[in-house]
This record gives sequence, structure tokens and C-alpha cells, in this order.
Amino acid sequence: MQPTHTAQRSVPFWRDDRVLTWAAQVVSAIAGVAFVVFFISNVLQAAKLRGLDLGFSFIRDAGGFALGESVIEYDPSMSFGRAYVVGLLNTLKVAVVGTVLATILGVIVALARLSTNWLVNKLASTFIEVIRNVPLLVQLFFWYFGVFQQLPPVKESIELPGPTYLSQRGLYMPAPTPTATFRPWAFTVIAAVVLAALAYYFLRRRQVLTGRPSYPVWTAALLFVLIPAIGWLAVGASPLQIDIPVLERFNFAGGLRLTTEFAALLTGLVVYTSAFIAEVVRAGVLAVPRGQVEAAKAVGLTYGQTLRLVVFPQALRVIIPPLISQYLNLTKNSSLAIAIGYPDLFFVGRTIINQAGRAVPVFVLVMGTYLIFSLLTSSVMNVYNRRVKLVER
Amino acid sequence: MFVRKLTPALVALVLFTMVLASCAPAPAQPVEVTRVVEVTRIVEAPAAAAAATAVPAAGPKRLDVVKQRGKVVCGIHTSLAGFGYLDADGKNVGFDVDFCRAVAVAVFDDPNAVEFVPVSAAERGPALQTGEIDLLSRTATWTSSRDAQWGNFTVVMFYDGQGMLVRKASGFTTLEDLDGATVCVTTGTTTELNLADAFRQRGLQFTAVTFEDTPSVYGAYEQGRCDAATSDKSQLAAVRSGFANPEDHFIMDVTMSKEPLTPTVPQGDDQWFDIVKTVAFVLINAEELGVTSANVDEMLKSEDPSIKRMLGVEGSFGQADLGLSNDFAANIIRKVGNYGEMYDRYMGPEGLAFTLDRGLNKLWSNGGLIYAPPLR
Repeated sequence: MQPTHTAQRSVPFWRDDRVLTWAAQVVSAIAGVAFVVFFISNVLQAAKLRGLDLGFSFIRDAGGFALGESVIEYDPSMSFGRAYVVGLLNTLKVAVVGTVLATILGVIVALARLSTNWLVNKLASTFIEVIRNVPLLVQLFFWYFGVFQQLPPVKESIELPGPTYLSQRGLYMPAPTPTATFRPWAFTVIAAVVLAALAYYFLRRRQVLTGRPSYPVWTAALLFVLIPAIGWLAVGASPLQIDIPVLERFNFAGGLRLTTEFAALLTGLVVYTSAFIAEVVRAGVLAVPRGQVEAAKAVGLTYGQTLRLVVFPQALRVIIPPLISQYLNLTKNSSLAIAIGYPDLFFVGRTIINQAGRAVPVFVLVMGTYLIFSLLTSSVMNVYNRRVKLVER
Repeated sequence: MFVRKLTPALVALVLFTMVLASCAPAPAQPVEVTRVVEVTRIVEAPAAAAAATAVPAAGPKRLDVVKQRGKVVCGIHTSLAGFGYLDADGKNVGFDVDFCRAVAVAVFDDPNAVEFVPVSAAERGPALQTGEIDLLSRTATWTSSRDAQWGNFTVVMFYDGQGMLVRKASGFTTLEDLDGATVCVTTGTTTELNLADAFRQRGLQFTAVTFEDTPSVYGAYEQGRCDAATSDKSQLAAVRSGFANPEDHFIMDVTMSKEPLTPTVPQGDDQWFDIVKTVAFVLINAEELGVTSANVDEMLKSEDPSIKRMLGVEGSFGQADLGLSNDFAANIIRKVGNYGEMYDRYMGPEGLAFTLDRGLNKLWSNGGLIYAPPLR
């Protein structure tokens, strides 16, 4: 007799686990889709009732408002769409620079926090605790009004070597600007980079294979410096000239300018995020078994070598995933720029909403843009994460 | 203007309402999204209220209703320095409030025969359209659509406009002096657009530093981040008076937009419309003729026929046709003062609220725009 088999046969479909599981999935999916469809159609219907235009045709209309800073050319006669791109690039600028600087500062603070030196250790933990526990918006106001606006007025700028000028309007520094001979010279630079990379690759391979010292780094560096230097002399007139900031009636003209709005936002984001990154890094370093460090010491590696060759490669596996969310946080937190007058994506989006009167389309656009930023950042970081993670066999 | 400060909250509200609307089958009332916080202008009138004005106000004349009631019902502001606010004793004061008192004197010879009704920016239009107030004297900018929808705009009492606040030490007098300057402005406002227009029109360069939050705009300006800050002149004046060193700053004699602030009466009663206009004419002519609250009694003996006529000593200028006493103009000047006195009381050099150069609000004979038809 096979009682089990008969029992399975006799179970009706409404009591069959497999059928029920499937049914539950299908019903949930339908409910989910219905909810989304209902929500969207409701927005559309409500917009129609209120006579709101959900189209994007206004994006070509002239904006009519000025923006404080832009990496591309912009003036008030340009379109809302152009203004939006200006905001987008401003957000990218602060996010990219901020991510790099926050990582560097975060690692330094983490190492200080791990230090056995009592003072360094306590300073680092105080920094982390204070920064992590004060709201970012408050910190931004502090940096902007409390620090950068307290710099001297533009007419009494602090002059640093360069000449670089620091005032409450921003940091003005000399900027190299290309001249007519820049283009031919640029080719020698590209050639130098390619040659240096090739030399490094082959010399290093030779060193690894034969064990004879072949100085790959030195050779590459020499090539990288020498070729452009020869090119510089070869093209005749100087390919770059230095554009020095000059004080005009109101502001400095020429040179490279970093506004105090940008500086305050960047400082705020970097300091705030670095405190979180420091804790992430510290956790990663502590996750490396103590025996690894002891073994590294035993074979005679220096402290720096121990960190670089033994600790970090293993710590990275733990660090990367939480680090990704810190990078995403930094990008998203940059929307607080609106409080201190830095024209980022959200700031420009809000201005367009007010000036064009199109709240729903612009909010959808802004949300979509941040979503794409975040997804791109996390997918790039995920690729990196796959590379560093422990290869299991 | 500072119109759109609340937009984020309101947009959230709209989105929230949309969600709510999904629960309720009946279409929700359209939500007024913008401009609720505005100071001198308001939302387009709701359609229902606009329809009400199509019916001419029949029945008793407003002057008779006012006389029977014993008070002029006046729609005012209670928190706008200089124009309509409460003094330390909780008394309604201000330039606009004094205009209400002048009308009350014309009818009752009593500056306190006024019932003050604080109205919000959004309530102004409907309050006129329903006729619940006899007079709106609350920094309302006269525009053609409002004139068509709200009521009858009488006489421009204050020419406001977008101005430019700069440091006195800079010595700037014209927009051209500001070529290349950095200007602080509130984002999302018409001010921001007017600023860009004014500079473009003149082919001038400027750098904008924009904030969403009005205090940040003036905070950044005062600390020196900007060479100038821009907004409506009356607001700049009020802000300036709050600075640590108001004397270091001044409002340039440049106007970048037109904001004619005008007392308004409900439609459909020509007599009442004329009375309120005549009160304004009296205030202005009194200044022009040099008649003040201090010298009005001496002026009764003046030989100038214009003054004699205005004060009701000789001849008439239609008082009887308007249903007013012969000496109503003298009463107004005695109890409220002339136009210049009203202005100086709140915004003059020794003003109670702040100091604002009269600029366009000088008499026409002094190079301003304040001009009234002759009283004869």
C-alpha cells in the first residue's frame, strides 16, 4: 500500500500548496499593478480637473531667471531645459568632487580613530560623534553663514601666492587657458600617456617574469614628463597661458572661480559624509582577522605596507557595500544646496516649478534624474564590489 | 514678490489631495495652489465669486447704508509695517489705515468711525465682490484684470515698484553703475524675473545669488556677499530698518516694475466711488496747496480761492452732490492731515515704521507722480 501517494492524489487543488502559492503570487501581482494604474490615472484625472498641463512643452520656453554659477554657458534668455541642465551639471560637480574628497577624508579619520595614540584617537572619535549627530542642514548653514560669509569682503581679499584671492565671494585662482598652439601640444600629451602606460605594462611584466629590476614606475614617469616637455618646446609659442584673476569694480574677473556657496556645500557634504565613511572603513579594518596583521609584521612588512597589501584588500570586501550607500547619500543630500543658494538640480527644479507653474512634470523629472544618478552610481560600485569580493571556489 | 514661498508645502498638499481624491468619487474643489502668502497681489478670483459681480448691486445707496451703520467697513492689513499694522497699544495704524480714517471723517467727521476688517491677500477680491466691505485699503496693486473682476480702483495712493538696496559707501545711483555686480534675490519670484529683464534690457551683466528663504537673501546681502539686493521698495525699506546699521544702506532711486497700490471700492455704486476718489483728491490737493493739519484753521482765512473752495469757505466743488458736508475737506485735513503728512507719519525721515524716499510718490509739482484733478 502507498498511503502517502493516495493522499497526495486526493488533495483538491484549492488545498494544494503549489496551486495556492501560484495563486497568491498572481493575486498580489494583479493587486500591485491595479494599485499603480489606479494611482497614475487618478493623478491624470485630478490634473485634468484642475486644468493642469502635465506636458513638457514648456521646457523650450525662455526661463528668464539668472543662476549664480554654471559650468556651461547660461543666461536668462535661455530655456528652462537649459537651466535644468545647468542644475544637473552643478549637482554632478559637487557630487563627484564630494565623493572623492569624502572618501579620502573618511579613510584618514578612520585610521586616526584606529590609532593607538590616545590624543589622535580621541580627536577622531570626537569629530565622528559631533559630525554624525548634528543635522546636515544645520551644518550647511554653519559653513555658509558662520564660516565662508565671515571671510573678508571682496575688496579686502586675502591674497595667497599664485596670485590666489580668498574672500566671501569665493576663491579666485589663476587658470591655465589654452592658446592657438594648444591642440598640437595636446597630442604630445596623449602620446606621452599612451607610451608611459605601455612602458609601465611591459617593464613590469619583465620584472615579474625575470625577477630583474626594470624600474617600470620611474620609466613611465620620465616618459610622461619628458615627451610633453619636448612638445612644449617644439610647438614654439606657449600652448597655455595663465589667466590671472584681476579685481574689477565689483568682482574678480578671469581665472578660476569657486563660489562660497559651492565651497560651503562641498565642505558640509564632505565633512558630514566622511564621518560616516570613517566608521564604515573602521568596521572594515577591524573585520580583518588580527592574525593577518601579526603575520604581516612577522614577515617584516612596514605599517604602510601592511595596510596597503594585507589589510585594505581584505577590508574592502566589507567596506564597499555600505560605502555605496554613503556615496548615494552624499549625492542625494546635495539637494540641501537650496538652503544656501547653490543652484543644483533641485534648486533649479524648484525655480522652474515656480516660474513655469508646472509642479508635477518637474517633480517627476527631478525624481527621475536623482534615481538615474543613484542607480548609475550603485551599478558602477557593484561592478567594483564584484571584483574585490572574495573569490569562492 | 514673495508669493511662492509656500509652494513646496502647497505642492505636497496638492499631491496629497490627489491621493485623497482617489478615495472620494466626487471631484474635489480646485485647490488654490499659489500666492496665498502674497502681500500686495492675489489669486485670480474664483469663478463663482466673479459671477457675483455680474449682478449690479441694486437697493439702497452705499452712503446711506454706511450712515445708517455709523461706520465705514474698511478692509486692511494688520501686519505690514508702514501700510497697515498695529502699534504698541494695539491700535490700527499705517498709511492705508489713515486713508480709511480719512473716508470716515468725510462721512462722519470722526476718524474712529471705522470698522477695520483684516483681510488676507486671498480674501481681498471676494470681500469686494460680495460688498461686505465698503473700502479696501490694503496695498492692492491695480491691474486691469482686477479692475474688471474685483471692484473699482479709485486713485493710486502709493507708487511702489521693485527697487535696489545698496551700500551707501558704494555711491551707486543708477542700474548702469551696477554693471557686473552681484545681486541677492529671492528665487521663484517675479522679482527675480524683473531683475533679469531690467539688466538684459540695458545690456548689463550681473551675477545672481538666489535663496529660497527671504531672510537668507538679506542676511547674505548684509554680510557683503552681494553688492545689492532687490525686492519691492517698501519691503526693502522695512528690511533696511531692521539692519544693524540702517544708515549704511540706501534704496536706489530706480524702479524696475510697476506696483500702483490703490484703494478700491465695490462695483455698482457711482456715488460711493466718487466720494472715495474725492477724499484722495482732497488729501493730495491739500498738500499741493500747503494746507496741513497744523495750519488748516489759519488757512480758513486764506485769500487763495483754491484753498477757500477746498475748505468750504467759499463756493463748492460738488460736496452736496456727493452727499457730504461743505467742510468735509477741512475736517479730513484737521484730523488726518494731507497726503504728505500721512506719508511722513509712517515712512518719512522721522517715520514711525521706516524711512523711504518718496521718489515717485512726490507731488507732480516736485517731480513725482502724485497728481489730483482740481477741486472746483
